[in-house]
Amino acid sequence: MTLERCGALWGRAAYFRREARVGTYIIRRFFLMLLTLFGISLLIFTMLRLVPGNIADIVFNAAGMIDVAEKAKLEKELGLDRPIPVQYVEWVSGLARGDLGYSYVSEKPAIDEILPRIPITAKLAGLALLFAVTFGVPLGVISAVKQNTTLDYVLRVISLSGLSLPSFWLGLLILMAFVAYFGAIPIYTNPPKGFWNTLWLFSIPAMAVGFRSSALIMRLTRSSMLEVLRQDYIRTARAKGAPARTVNYRHALRNALLPVVTVIGIEAAFLMGGLIVTETVFNIPGVARFLVEAIRWRDYPIVQNLVMFVAVVAVSINFLIDLLYAVLDPRIRYAS
Amino acid sequence: MSIIDLPVETETADRPESVWSKIRYHLGAHPLGSIGAAIMAVFVFCAVFADFISAYSPTATDATVRLLHPGAGHVLGTDQMGRDIFSRIIYGARISLAVGLGSTLLGSLFGVALGLTSGYVGGWVDLVIQRIIDVLQSVPLLVLALVMAAALGPALDNTIVAISIPLIPYTARVIRSNTLALREQPFVEAARAVGMSEFRIAVRHVLPNTIAPLIVIATAQLGASILTEASLSFLGLGVPEPHPSWGRMLSESAAEYVRTAPWLVIFPGVAISLAVFGTNLFGDALRDILDPRLRD
Repeated sequence: MTLERCGALWGRAAYFRREARVGTYIIRRFFLMLLTLFGISLLIFTMLRLVPGNIADIVFNAAGMIDVAEKAKLEKELGLDRPIPVQYVEWVSGLARGDLGYSYVSEKPAIDEILPRIPITAKLAGLALLFAVTFGVPLGVISAVKQNTTLDYVLRVISLSGLSLPSFWLGLLILMAFVAYFGAIPIYTNPPKGFWNTLWLFSIPAMAVGFRSSALIMRLTRSSMLEVLRQDYIRTARAKGAPARTVNYRHALRNALLPVVTVIGIEAAFLMGGLIVTETVFNIPGVARFLVEAIRWRDYPIVQNLVMFVAVVAVSINFLIDLLYAVLDPRIRYAS
Repeated sequence: MSIIDLPVETETADRPESVWSKIRYHLGAHPLGSIGAAIMAVFVFCAVFADFISAYSPTATDATVRLLHPGAGHVLGTDQMGRDIFSRIIYGARISLAVGLGSTLLGSLFGVALGLTSGYVGGWVDLVIQRIIDVLQSVPLLVLALVMAAALGPALDNTIVAISIPLIPYTARVIRSNTLALREQPFVEAARAVGMSEFRIAVRHVLPNTIAPLIVIATAQLGASILTEASLSFLGLGVPEPHPSWGRMLSESAAEYVRTAPWLVIFPGVAISLAVFGTNLFGDALRDILDPRLRD
């Protein structure tokens, strides 16, 4: 056997081993994801059962009724008389079948309450993320390239204020501006007609939510860029006489974007927090405001399924980002 | 020139390298951080001396002075129940600071315990703790705090607990990774060689070396928990009456008074933003100082 052939065989074997390793990595991550989701379901379920008194007590206290037989009947109807582990198994097996139970408040199937509200929140989240990335990444790069100039200081203070303003207050300020200029506030309770009208109406709250995310992305892009700009290969590129633009945008930015991708993913999953308050401020009938309403009403079938839904979205995005990372950064593929 | 500069440089290099002296030394070099520290100082001052600063009770209602414009007497105006906004904001600093400090300390306590155990003990203990951290970290902060707050019921101490739980995983992660690195250091081996118990090594030798990253992350969390308290109270699931909370002041005034009484909306928001902004400025400077890896 010639040396080259030997080398080629070795190379193929290494290739397959590597592929196998990537495969096991993905499978391992997938099972960890399932384990995490199982943990989350346990956490939510026990948390909601920590509350002294169940829905039956609350309904009875609110209505001023004291008929014990009536209350027992209601508890039986809602399945609250069974032991807690049984209730948990019923909930999870229901989830697997796509049966989420019934809302206590509207008495409609929970899935019919949740599903129609998701597109509204998804549109809002998508727009907010788009806003955050289109402003965050370029401004972060500019801030890093112009480090310690006045522009850098101004951008840094703006981004820090983005992390300090409560998004509900920003939303309220925007509403006040609307009142001042248009004499009315935008209405979301009837779904807006037409693409441009929808885009215009939704981009207002999306900006209120996205400001924080864009500030976060900007800060991370800046520090990641600064880290990369200190590397030896950047100095080499500069020493070779490569133009500053090429070094900054072709050599540095491509490498600096990796951690930024992770943060964008985490932000996408965690936008829910900002959406909750913003949907409340703007009175948008989305899934985030619905969660708060369900919590206020102690409508637990809705609450536990919604939080589970949020967690599934967050965990899946994290999983996808991990995969994307392995694709984008060969070092991770080879190392794991 | 360089000869004249030299002694000055050696003098600074010879400074004792304790955490606090580093902070003092660097504050001068970080004007933004000093501004942040000043804002925080004002905020703490208001919280501590609220009784002396405000002329009115934050909870006393007076139907004769409803919705007064800001002006003489009531500097920032009054709300729909005739309560003085300025007094409520000053007393609100107390609530924000109590919840912010309380939940950060509580979260750090659990986070340090979990992170240190996880990193130092390793093995299956590490695996189990890591999964718990994964679970806590997969639910967005505000969602977890919201469900916790609802489950525990509206009270000041419950709000503190509800906000501290989502903070745990972040602290635990940082402490764990630091502990993993410290565990392999020669001084740990030396301590073991002289017959020190593992618990003592972990608490007396490893833990003090994680103090710098702990301070950095705790300062960042202070701002985050003040914001979360405001959001929870805004949604009506945070600190209950009669405590004057900035977040709840906004929720009470939000819907109706955006049009008619903008001062009810503006001032509490300014208070929240300023307090968090100051904390963030200070925290950023601290991170630059204590985490040399990130220093520009």
